[in-house]
Amino acid sequence: MSVLKKLAASAAMAATMIAAPAFAQDDVRIALVVKALGIGFFEAANEGAQEAAKELGNVEIIYTGPTDTTAEGQIEVINALIAQQVDAIAISANDTDALVPALQRAMQRGITVISWDSGVAPDGRQMHLNPSSNALIGNMIIKLAADHLPDGGEVALLSATTTSTNQNIWMEEMNKVMGDYPGIDVVATVYGDDLADKSYREATGLMQSYPDLDAIIAPTSVGIVAAAQAVVDAGKVGQVNVTGLGLPSEMAGAIESGASQSFAIWNPIDLGYSATMLAYELSQNGAVAEPGAEIPMGRMGNLTLDENNEGAMADPFVYDASNIDQFKSIF
Amino acid sequence: MTRFIPARETILGGAILVLLLLISSRFAGFVAPSNLANVFNDTAPLIILALGQMVVILTRCIDLSVAANLALTGMAVAMINVAMPGLPIPVIIAIAVLLGAVMGAINGVLVWKLAIPPIVVTLGTMTIFRGIIFLISDGKWVNSHEMSPAFTDFPRIVLLGLPVLSWAAIITIILFGIMMARTQFGRSIFAVGGNPHAAVYTGIDVGKTQFWAFVVSGALAGLTGYLWVSRFAVAYVDIAGGFELEVVAACVIGGISIAGGIGSVGGAVLGAIFLGVVKNALPVVNISPFWQLAISGSAILIAVAFNARAGRNKGRIILKEAEATQ
Repeated sequence: MSVLKKLAASAAMAATMIAAPAFAQDDVRIALVVKALGIGFFEAANEGAQEAAKELGNVEIIYTGPTDTTAEGQIEVINALIAQQVDAIAISANDTDALVPALQRAMQRGITVISWDSGVAPDGRQMHLNPSSNALIGNMIIKLAADHLPDGGEVALLSATTTSTNQNIWMEEMNKVMGDYPGIDVVATVYGDDLADKSYREATGLMQSYPDLDAIIAPTSVGIVAAAQAVVDAGKVGQVNVTGLGLPSEMAGAIESGASQSFAIWNPIDLGYSATMLAYELSQNGAVAEPGAEIPMGRMGNLTLDENNEGAMADPFVYDASNIDQFKSIF
Repeated sequence: MTRFIPARETILGGAILVLLLLISSRFAGFVAPSNLANVFNDTAPLIILALGQMVVILTRCIDLSVAANLALTGMAVAMINVAMPGLPIPVIIAIAVLLGAVMGAINGVLVWKLAIPPIVVTLGTMTIFRGIIFLISDGKWVNSHEMSPAFTDFPRIVLLGLPVLSWAAIITIILFGIMMARTQFGRSIFAVGGNPHAAVYTGIDVGKTQFWAFVVSGALAGLTGYLWVSRFAVAYVDIAGGFELEVVAACVIGGISIAGGIGSVGGAVLGAIFLGVVKNALPVVNISPFWQLAISGSAILIAVAFNARAGRNKGRIILKEAEATQ
């Protein structure tokens, strides 16, 4: 670590320490620890946490994190937070295992510890909040296509590689719920290997092989962008809807051109909101993180924990022309 | 007659025709002229890079950094475009070619002055270039809505029925045809690869020729970098990952000897087109994706095997009588 970074980190730490006594002591202090400061995704999560704090009334959010995405940096931050005796820590971890000792120390001192987004090993936290679950994603990708096809139609899948675990699980989950979408016919599954050129070619091939194709579902960020470009170049905007999972910053052009009506990914604002709500419930309202427990998280409903004390927040969030401008600069 | 139609190219051309017939029996629309134009357009980057690679391979070197060079140049021009959307496209292209040539020159200097084996040099620079993309971009993507419309539209502009991307390949083919057959540089490339010792005696600087071969390959990779990024309207660290192997494969299929000295512009172009046809046909002929890799690999092997057979019996017996008396 360079001297400059060390200085910056200690300055930031000192600042939080000095700032701490300024809070009214009866306020609940929840620390939202992120992978690194200055990342749009986490800034948005902080926005959600502030929203939750406002809703709860007596909560102060301490939004903090290291200056670069290292576990060491996060350990320093955690130690500072322990010294400040915060009420709860909600962390998106840079390392699954390295943070466990520091977080255990925090828990021994009565601090509620949860992880969100990127998890910590079960020993180092009371519970973990996943943005979504495989079943919810599988359902969402077919729902995105079906919502724009009220009379049914032909859809095709453009995946990453034949061996990508995530995509294969999502497509499997999608097949389980196909019965809920009568009239929607999955005509082909092709693989773009997460390469822009191969995905583009496969998408072009799909449009040639299935002239009546209505939608291409690409549950991969490279594939969905390449497919959207292929649809634009083939002059099939309006006929073939490209949808799936992508990031707003990468898909803004496709939404603008009309090649994609909508797509989905987790919403960082909701994630920060839910993490704050959960931390509050555990630390103040006596909710216990145990397998099978249902913990409320405000407007996001309830979170049900599985045998590893993990839970899935919600369906992936849908982005379309109405909200893309708000999110494209965030992540 | 054989002087004007080299056997190698004829066989490869025939193989492409047979391939097209086979494909059309499964998917008739593939051989429609408009689709063939699309296939050519899609293959244009591969053709341009294969020609650059051909020059390098002819001088007994190999350039494995072309795809990384392409990606780095592509990212650089995309970021320049985002920073200065008003910069005219010809300037962008000049920057791309120059940047690519500089990276090629780095390879060339290392091979020429330090005499490091080219495969080692370019394996190293390949990783370095990819690393630099990560450094300059922070791992972030440059997306279509951030690029200016002029930037992304340029390769799609249609002139005389073909998009600019296709014309870029055609112009490169013509220039290379002239360069290899009619210029001193073209002939010295063959001389260096065919017999480096003899080349030295004729006054050709072997290292310098190899250096310029890398510069040419790098400049073309730079040009392709812009074309690639603007065509797919996205730039990120991994673009064209593994593409260097396709480029080398196109050369090998086209009958360019890895040992240097043997090869032709026509061969490299046909080799690239062969691969392009296979790549574009696989998605539409309805073959399981699990088989596709094996099929394209077999196609390459078969093409190379044909070439090896066609290239045999090159040796000329000059002392027939002496041989007979033994």
